[in-house]
Parts: sequence; C-alpha cells; structure tokens
Amino acid sequence: MNGPADSGALVEIRGLKKYFTVPHGLLQAVDDVNLSVAGGETLGLVGESGCGKSTLGRVVIRLLDATEGSVFFDKEDIFLYNKKALRNFRKRAQMVFQDPYSSLNPRFSVEQLIAEPLHIHRVCVNERETAAKVKTLMDIVGLASRLTTSFPHELDGGRRQRIGIARALALNPEFIVLDEPVSALDVCIQAQILNLLHDLKDEFRYTYLFITHDLSVIRHISDRIAVMYLGKIIELADHLEIFIHPQHPYTQALLSAIPLPNVDIPRAGRIILEGDVPSPVNPPAGCRFYSRCPSRWDRCLGEAPVLRELSPDHFLACHFPGRVDKAKHIRPRTALESAEL
Amino acid sequence: MIFPRKNSNLYLTLLRLKRNRLAVFGLAVLVMLLLTAIFAPRIAPYHYATQNLADAFEAPSGKHYLGTDDFGRDIFSRIIYGARVSTQVGLFAVSLAMISGGLLGASAAYYGGRIDGIIMRCMDIFMSIPQILLAIAIAASLGPGLLNLTIAVGVAALPDFARVVRGSVLTISGQEYIEAARCMGASDAWIILRHILPNCSAPIIVQSTLRVGQAILATAALSFLGLGVQPPYPEWGGMLAASRGYVRDYAYMTIAPGLAIMITIMALNFLGDGLRDAMDPKLKR
Amino acid sequence: MDQQQRENFLEIRDLYVQYHTDTGLVKAVDGLNLSLAGGETLGLVGETGAGKTTTALAVMQLIASPPGRIAGGSIFLQGENLLKKSKEEQRHIRGGKIAMIFQDPMTSLNPVLPVQEQIAEMIRLHRKADADEVLKKARDMLSLVGIRPERGSEYPHQFSGGMKQRVVIAIALACNPTLLIADEPTTALDVTIQAQVLELMRELRQHFNTSTILISHDLGVVAELCDSVAIMYAGRIVEKADTKNLFRRPLHPYTQGLFRSVPDLTGNVRRLDTIAGLPPDPTNLPPGCCFASRCNIAEPDCSRSRPSMIEGETGHFAACFKLGKRGGV
Repeated sequence: MNGPADSGALVEIRGLKKYFTVPHGLLQAVDDVNLSVAGGETLGLVGESGCGKSTLGRVVIRLLDATEGSVFFDKEDIFLYNKKALRNFRKRAQMVFQDPYSSLNPRFSVEQLIAEPLHIHRVCVNERETAAKVKTLMDIVGLASRLTTSFPHELDGGRRQRIGIARALALNPEFIVLDEPVSALDVCIQAQILNLLHDLKDEFRYTYLFITHDLSVIRHISDRIAVMYLGKIIELADHLEIFIHPQHPYTQALLSAIPLPNVDIPRAGRIILEGDVPSPVNPPAGCRFYSRCPSRWDRCLGEAPVLRELSPDHFLACHFPGRVDKAKHIRPRTALESAEL
Repeated sequence: MIFPRKNSNLYLTLLRLKRNRLAVFGLAVLVMLLLTAIFAPRIAPYHYATQNLADAFEAPSGKHYLGTDDFGRDIFSRIIYGARVSTQVGLFAVSLAMISGGLLGASAAYYGGRIDGIIMRCMDIFMSIPQILLAIAIAASLGPGLLNLTIAVGVAALPDFARVVRGSVLTISGQEYIEAARCMGASDAWIILRHILPNCSAPIIVQSTLRVGQAILATAALSFLGLGVQPPYPEWGGMLAASRGYVRDYAYMTIAPGLAIMITIMALNFLGDGLRDAMDPKLKR
Repeated sequence: MDQQQRENFLEIRDLYVQYHTDTGLVKAVDGLNLSLAGGETLGLVGETGAGKTTTALAVMQLIASPPGRIAGGSIFLQGENLLKKSKEEQRHIRGGKIAMIFQDPMTSLNPVLPVQEQIAEMIRLHRKADADEVLKKARDMLSLVGIRPERGSEYPHQFSGGMKQRVVIAIALACNPTLLIADEPTTALDVTIQAQVLELMRELRQHFNTSTILISHDLGVVAELCDSVAIMYAGRIVEKADTKNLFRRPLHPYTQGLFRSVPDLTGNVRRLDTIAGLPPDPTNLPPGCCFASRCNIAEPDCSRSRPSMIEGETGHFAACFKLGKRGGV
C-alpha cells in the first residue's frame, strides 16, 4: 500500500489523480494523493488558490469522478458504487460550500432549503414531520425559528452559512467536507461559525475534511493538517507539530508569510517566496516546488520526492528535510528582487 | 388570484414592476387588447365583413368611430377583430418558439459536447438568415393561413430562444447550489425541474414579452405582403396594405391600423423592459 | 509643508454619507471624525458594512449619486475643503493628489490596453509632458514596483494576480499623489503573494513617504504596515491610537471582541470568544451607542446617547462611556 494508511480510517484516499483536459494540455489538479481521515477526526487541507484542494474535496465525495485511484469510504470504493449505493452514500457524506451566496437557491425559503435533502431522500412521512425536523435543525445551528419563511437574500453571510450547515446535517451524515466554509465571512461571524462547527463535532462525532487557505483557521480547527502544493500533498502532521516544526520549505514560507495581529512578535527571518505558483497545466517533472524553493538542489529537479514518514506521524515530501532549516537564514530577497524571478 | 408571500421573489418583482409607470401602462394596454380580442363580437359595433358601399370612404364620425374603408366596412370593428389575429399569432408563435427553442437550447446546454455543437450550429445557420426573410420563405412555402402564419413567425423566432435558454441554463448549472443539490443526492430531473428551470424563467419571460411584439410586427409584415391571413378577415398589416393606395386622400384608413400596431408594440416593449429591470437580482436593494 | 499642515494633513469632520434604497435610508457613514498626519499610514479596520469603503469613496468624491449622498460634514486635505470644490477641481485632485488602489486587481485594469499605456494615461491626465517622457515615466514606475520595463507592452491577462496588483499600485503612484487610499489591497491575493505585495508597499512607503489610508479587515496586515489604526463600527470610528498601543491594549469592548475572535497561532484554544449578535441595521441605527446591544459591559445609560471619543491614554481614543467613568475598560 502506498503512503500513510490507518486501519481505523473512515475515508481512505489512494493514488488519487484528477486531471482535466484543457486547450494547452493536461491540468493536473490532483496528482497521486494518498490520505486517510480517521473516524471523528478533523483533517485540515491547506493550500493556495489553484493547488487542487477544492477539486480533491469534490472527488472525495464523488461530485467529480477520479481520473485514477480510489477513495474508500467505510472500506468501500465510492467509484464502484451503483446508483443505489451512491444514493445511500449521499446520506452519509455531505459538503458545506464556500460561498453562502451562490450555494443557496435564491428562490427557496429557509425552510425549503433545509428540507430539500429530507424531501430528496423521503426521510419524513409527512409535512408535519418535515417541519418539525427543520425546526430541530434550525435550533441546532442557531437559526431563530422566525426566519423559517425568510429568503437567503434577506440574511447576512453568517446566517446563510448556518443554513448551508443545517442542510448538510439534515441527513445525519458521518463525514462532512467543508470547502472554505468561513472564508467569505467577517472575523466575528467566522468565529461564531467555527465555534458552531466545533460544538457540532463534539455533540455528533462528525468527521470533517476542512479545506481552507487560511492558516490560522486551519490550525484552530484541525487535528491533523495536510499542506497541498500544485496537486500534491507535501507535508502532513499533527496541527501543532506542523506549526512548531514545519519541515517543508513551502510550509515554512507559508507560515512565515502570515501577517500576525501582534506588534510584539519580531518579524525577522520572514521567507518571501519568489515568483508565483506555476500553472498546474503540464507541470514540470521533479519537485513541483523547485521553481520557488529557497533551498533547492539538483536532485530536486530530476526526481519528484514522495510523501514518506519523517518522524512518527509526520509525513514529508522533500529530498532534503535536514537542510531546509537553513532556508531561514537566507537573507530574504526584497520584494523588488523577488518579483521578477 | 394567488397572493404571493410578502418576502417572496415574486412579490418583490411585482413590487418593483408596480413602481415602473411605463411597465404598468404597457401591462394595462395589453390586458385591454386581450379583452378586446376575446370579446370582439360583443364590442364591435359592426361585423368585420359587413360591406356598405354607400358609406365607403367615410371619415371618422359618431356612426363610424374610425371611419370606413373602400368597401364601406367599419374600420373600428375591423381593428377590434384584427386584435384577435395579432394576439393569437403573437402568443402562439412565441409559445411555439419558446417551447421548441427552449427544449433545443436546454438540451444543448445540458448534454454539451457534440450535441451542443450540432444544435447551436444549426441555430447559427438559421440566425444568419434575416428573420423576416425566413418567415416570408416559410409562409410562402406553406401557403397563407392563420396556422401557417403562426408556424412561420414561430420558427423564425426559435433560434433566439434556443440561445437565451442555453445561456441561462449554462449559467445556472454552474452555480454552487446545483452542485449542492447533486451532493444531496438529487436526481437530474429534480435538479432541472426544481432548480434550473425556475431560475432561468426570468430571462425567458423577458425575452418572450419582447418577442411577442416582434411576432406581431412580423405578422403584420407578412399580411402586408399578402402571405398572412386572407381577406376578408381583418389583420392590421393587411389593412395597412389595403389602404396604402388611398393614403393621400383618406389617411385615416392607414393611421388606424398603424397606430394599433405601434401602441401594441410599444406596450409590449415597455412591459418587457420593466420586467427585465424588476427581475434582475442585481437590482435587489 | 509646515508643522500645522503636517499635523492636519487630512481632516474628516462629522461626515455623514447616506444611500437611498428600497428598504430605507442606509446610513453608511454616520458622524465620522478622522485625521491623518502627513506621511502617516493609517489602518482603517472594520467588518463588512462598517462604512470603510464608503469613507474612502467620500474622500475620493466618488460616491455614486443617486443613490448615495454626502449628507453633511467636511473633508479637509491640506487645509482645503474637498466637498466645496467644483467638479473640475475634484477631477484634478482625484488621481493627481489622491489616488486609490482597489481590492480586485482583476477588474480594476482595462483588459484591452497594455499596462504601460494605463500608467501613461494616468500621467497624461494630470501632467503636461510629451509622449516619450510619459512613456519613460510609465516604464520607470513599472520597474519601481518590481516589473521589468520590457513587460510594459503586455496586456493585463498576461500577468498573474500579484503582478496585476503591482501594476495597479504603479498607476496609483504614477502622479506622486499626496494621499493614497488602498482598499483591501491584498485581500484577493494568496498568502505568499500577499507577503510580496506587503513587502513592496513597505519599500514604496519609504521611497515616496505618501500619506496612506489602508482599509483592511485583516488585523495582521494592519499590524505590519500601519503607524496608527482606527477601528470602525456602524459608520463611526470607535477607537483610534497608534498601532502598538491599540494592539497591546485595546480599550473599546468592540475592538477587544474583534481581537478575541481571531484564531491565534500560538495557543491551543478550541473555542473562540465571539461577540454575540450582529452589527445594527444601517437603515435603523439605535440612538445610543451602536455597540450597546452586543456589549457585555453595557449599562442602560449606554443606549440613551452616542458616546464621543475620549482620550483613555495619551493619544489613544475610544468612544465608550465606561472609559470615562473608570478611566479604562
């Protein structure tokens, strides 16, 4: 078996690839990803825009089909499901979307929105039971019952996202993919939603795959964190470990680039990466981070590093884990110098 | 009448429409036109074909509100009966165009790929022929008559609908709530009926309203050319054609059907523009 | 610039901006007072709908009317009231004296013009110079923001997001404005690209010494770039101080709540302290302190009248009644 495997895993992703054919070649959105999510765990998936994290989330719940590889849910390959099994899978795995504006049908009232999955799966025997269930769900996510007949355009982003969460919870799922659920929200609302997600997990033992570009959010909510770059997982470790001992030069740069709301932490040793994220269309052979890596070597160009266990439960895809710490001592280029590289 | 809920989209649309005076005017004119068409035999003081050669070329008076034509027929009554043809052809032709064009456009958008290519290229070929020429060609090959007129006008308008529907279905299919519905386990039929169609109704309604005007205009043009409804049944375009020989001496004969066409088209355009503004979610403030 | 001018470089007094909408009169900015010293970088922080962008647009004289209207107040730039200027004078000030950087670099550039043309256009609008000179200046601006001048003849779509934002910055600075308003300049960018742009803005600040208002919802960005910070809530400034003081010891309960809402990168807390409730409806602002309904130290008196800014510590102002009573919150 390739990569990290956990016998108690609820979701097991093996050799997963998702390619899109685009006019100029092959867009390798997800390339050979191995990951597992244990039952009751929150796995954080972090990366910059275009790294393939949202595509991965969509493949994992089969909103998109994989190009290659498999995703095992409760030991069954979701790509081999027949129609009936897929329908059943839809009850057990749900998704919360990023944009609380476009992910809710503007013509549906709050009640209709939350009741929709119940109607699709004919969970309730009559309208009264549906209404009661909707009411319960609204209570759970903290939506006042006077909002039942409101429409999404009348509500703020936080309340809309609560509707999205209530809808995802309606079928009592076990596994929820959260795709940037708080990115469109203000900090205060964001904190409320993060607390809600946290409380729900405490109460119902959900398993989360939490996708975001926001490092402080991911550290806050996750048990383990996987860092993604250009379609590949480059580092995977416990949420505290990865912030204290980041091993991959990209993770280090990413962490050091966060602007901290604190005036007393010195900003020395910031790594400013050169250039932009290369295009995932026809990516180069070798390490995909090569073009921006502050501590690259010849070997990195020829041979792509694989994800392997560096220390217990800390996985890394880099040829020179020992050397990368030196990157911290390289004088950061000024913005003018690095822009053109 | 069903009263929409106070905060529903329908209610808000009507509220915004109500504030647009021109649109309300257009709607009022159209309702009147429709009632006129339905109750034509009761309203019209004379039968449309009653000839009275003694009264021919009579100027508008208390007896004949809009005067009489070369056969002594009452123009006012003929205009009223003419509303029947205009509304019928307008509504049925646009319905035909909307349903068939809509189906073609929706399947093009939904299936994509090759089917999309084939359907839309056919539509492009249709669109490269001026619509009035296309309608004339169809009408000429089918022969005159109300049904053939409707088909000719409808088919000419079809490609526009196919494009509008394809565009809105593509936009709506790309929305996250469609993905969310799939994620819930909704079937294709569920998604199309509950999510896609209701959300692309706005552009279709607007397009239809504006299109009815053009259909009435095309009907008039075809009748003017003698390809539409056959005499003695009155049609505004046909009346225009018949009166054109007398335009110097008896201008009122031309003015009446001309005004009828103009007011109807204007009313439809006002309503269409009003609906477009009222249904635009971007103006939701 | 003499001492007096440096102190009161930009002075906004009792600014009211309102929008007429279907749902009522939106009081986007409601009695705002703010001043900026010459060469200072001020961070304007607040949630969506707090009125940050409206304030910026008011300074730029870009409030769309209708539906918007500046209902009262004055904006003095170097002693001159901008609201009293004619349309023609305003046009000259805009871009020439005051420049703005918008949030989305994708939509603020014209897709059919080469980037150097877009910089040159800005220069031509405000300075008299011959074509060669303008083009040279445009290319100089490009190299100043870290883009090779040869790329000047390329079109916006050939640049990445971060590079586009550099072009936008070059356009804004092309005429040497005395005041730069940057509205969420890095929000649309990825973290590593944001770091590059922030670094650039820091360097340019040293180079030009332009007075800057940086609008942001990100306290981290503000901490990195700004000399002083103003916190905005429901159309007003509720706290203002120099960055160090405000971040070390926020005085207003809203600011305190804002800081607690940010997940931090050092502790291991699983639940965040949040501010309960939502900001007030801008069509129906309460008569008293707008934050009273969400405030955990509010007293009945707080809902009766608006608190004015009180100097809690030297140079550190907050609009809270409790501050005056106990000398601190």
